[in-house]
Amino acid sequence: MRHVKTETPAVDTSSVHTARRLHPRPVRIMHWVNAVVMLIMITSGWGIYDDDVIIRGFHFSSFWRLGDWAAWSLNWHFAGMWFLVINGLIYLVYGFASGRFREKLLPIRPSEVVQTVIDTLHFKIAHEDITVYNAVQKLLYIIVILAGISQVITGLAIWKPVQFSGLVTLLGGFQTARVLHFAGMAVIVGFLIVHVALALLVPKTLWAMVSGGPRLKLRGRAEEGHAA
Amino acid sequence: MKSPFRPDFPPDAAVLDDHKPLIRSLDRRVLIRGGVSLGALAMLTGCDIKRPEAVEAALLAISRFNDGVQALLFDPNKLAPTYPASMILRPPKFNAYYDVMDVKPVDGATWRLDVSGLVADKRAWTLSDLQALPQTSIVIKHICVEGWSYIGGWTGVPLRLFLERVGADLRAKYVAFKTADDYPSSIDMASALHPQTLLALKYGGDTLADPFGYPMRLRTAVKLGYKNPKWVTAIEVTNKYPGGYWESLGFPWFAGI
Repeated sequence: MRHVKTETPAVDTSSVHTARRLHPRPVRIMHWVNAVVMLIMITSGWGIYDDDVIIRGFHFSSFWRLGDWAAWSLNWHFAGMWFLVINGLIYLVYGFASGRFREKLLPIRPSEVVQTVIDTLHFKIAHEDITVYNAVQKLLYIIVILAGISQVITGLAIWKPVQFSGLVTLLGGFQTARVLHFAGMAVIVGFLIVHVALALLVPKTLWAMVSGGPRLKLRGRAEEGHAA
Repeated sequence: MKSPFRPDFPPDAAVLDDHKPLIRSLDRRVLIRGGVSLGALAMLTGCDIKRPEAVEAALLAISRFNDGVQALLFDPNKLAPTYPASMILRPPKFNAYYDVMDVKPVDGATWRLDVSGLVADKRAWTLSDLQALPQTSIVIKHICVEGWSYIGGWTGVPLRLFLERVGADLRAKYVAFKTADDYPSSIDMASALHPQTLLALKYGGDTLADPFGYPMRLRTAVKLGYKNPKWVTAIEVTNKYPGGYWESLGFPWFAGI
């Protein structure tokens, strides 16, 4: 991955052979595996949902459903779950072990969140330096990671409500677990809309998730500030 | 042994004579032509853009793998939660692959339960034979693969007790069911031996109503709703995969909860 050229001003040429990229290769692979699997889980989930809706009158049209009827939506869902869980577990272990979560997602200061929201409402979206996430980005990434974990837990509960009856009780019963599983989907879809819209608005972020993005300055020099 | 599906009276031979000219008039070539285009149509649907054959095969392979995982996850000693009798839904929710109006009631007096396969005693059972066995009552949740659920109260003969009475090979893999509504089904032996798996004769203390499987239906707390065949007419203990109605259309076979 060192042969990929980058023209981002944040590059520190003195450390080009030692510095990591913004998105190391494992992150990129897991991101795109997750993107495909998430779409499979969401759209096949809509196919399962449609047989017995939670919100009266609210259906997903066949265009949006994976699987031409419930049996195949189920089979897609129960196949996709393995890829989601295995990929997700590796991602979590990697995120904690490499320090990426701590480095990219922490700390979040409430005042920064408020300021970023105000700036965004004034159309001041700062994306000159894509190596640093703003407070809202950090918050959204943490929410979607927690939503993903929550989907696996509520999914286990509604898949095996007798074997994991304690978990079902903890979640407030089978039907509540089912609604939570649906709500988790809604959170992830909401994230996805914002995430994809922003990636398209600032295409270099999208390209960074393909090529790896700019090389990061070595730690310790991070406070020196970035050329904007 | 008489098949439960064979009519009591054979059709009148005169009916066949009446239709002989009609049968002769069938043009063999038209039939062949029709058959060929039907085959072509079937091939077309096999290449359905939504579900190519390779994808379907891969999904079914994973589904069979999942059956194995589900069998490993199944704890034969884990009991499903039970509820007070006051929570029993009356009447229960009806569900089948056809409308409740199309239910064909079964006559309990002439009904017989055939037993076959890896069992010592293949004698057919009557309703009063089953009623004479020790009965168990459970109030459990019915969970449908579609997502809905309700609490129901069931009374009947534990399937384990029945299998022991007929001298079934309890190491066999499958227990298969045939029904009066042509809804074959089957479960694994471990689930069949679970204490909350009943040959149910009563609901909420009363004899089963016609739409819910009178005179006898399977009711197990450890499977999804579609693994609970109603109007059971035959039980077979076997090592040969028996499949089932929804399973043959693509639904997972194990369907444990």
